[in-house]
Amino acid sequence: MNQRPLSPHLGVYKFMYTMALSILHRITGIALSVGFLVFAWWLMALAQGPQAYAEAVEILRGGFFKLLLGGWALAFIYHFCNGLRHLAWDTGAGLEKRQARRSGAAVVVATIVLFALFLWAAFDWSPVTP
Amino acid sequence: MSLRTPLGKVLGRGSAGEGVGHWWDQRVTAIALVPLSLWFVIGLLRRSAGKFEDMQAWLSQPWPALLALLLVLTFAWHSKLGVQVFIEDYVHAKGAKTTALLFSTYLHVIAAAAGVFAILRLAFS
Repeated sequence: MNQRPLSPHLGVYKFMYTMALSILHRITGIALSVGFLVFAWWLMALAQGPQAYAEAVEILRGGFFKLLLGGWALAFIYHFCNGLRHLAWDTGAGLEKRQARRSGAAVVVATIVLFALFLWAAFDWSPVTP
Repeated sequence: MSLRTPLGKVLGRGSAGEGVGHWWDQRVTAIALVPLSLWFVIGLLRRSAGKFEDMQAWLSQPWPALLALLLVLTFAWHSKLGVQVFIEDYVHAKGAKTTALLFSTYLHVIAAAAGVFAILRLAFS
């Protein structure tokens, strides 16, 4: 019983970059699940009042957490874009190899553009500022 | 020859007993999360997230509170389903798998309840 092959059979396929995009969807999904816990904690701090919220914000603004927040933003943007790709697949569209590779590349480009936009909006940080 | 019983075939629920329920719920929540998550992220970016007054003024209004409530519940369910698939695919040892699934379920329920409670408290106080 324990010797039966179990999916996913990661070792038997030649590597394609669409595979990296697929595993990235899972990794970003797990990261966002951890983010959900922080989201709930943030809401609780807000419900507790100004002082608890100020303390929570101070933790979230700390160097490590700031990096994490940036990471969650990136994970959200990627999971969002690639999720739309998955929903399109669920309708039966875009499943040909060429189409799937092209939509994958589109997701990567969209993620980079949207993340740059996010950094600009959230931190007033711009890659083109002299 | 199929070993499936006629009843099993008609019910179409498969070995896990829930049919396509998991798959379908994942899609229903995914579609709902498109507008909900966009609303929240854009709303957050347009305000000073570090200021208590700004956040309270936003999320204590009826419509934003309702949307935030829906976001918490939909996010929780989508996340619970996703983590479940992740555990089922990568944790093969039976005891560890069951423990991980239980842990994930409880954690999601606690976080969802906390989120709902927090929003209700903001909205009603």
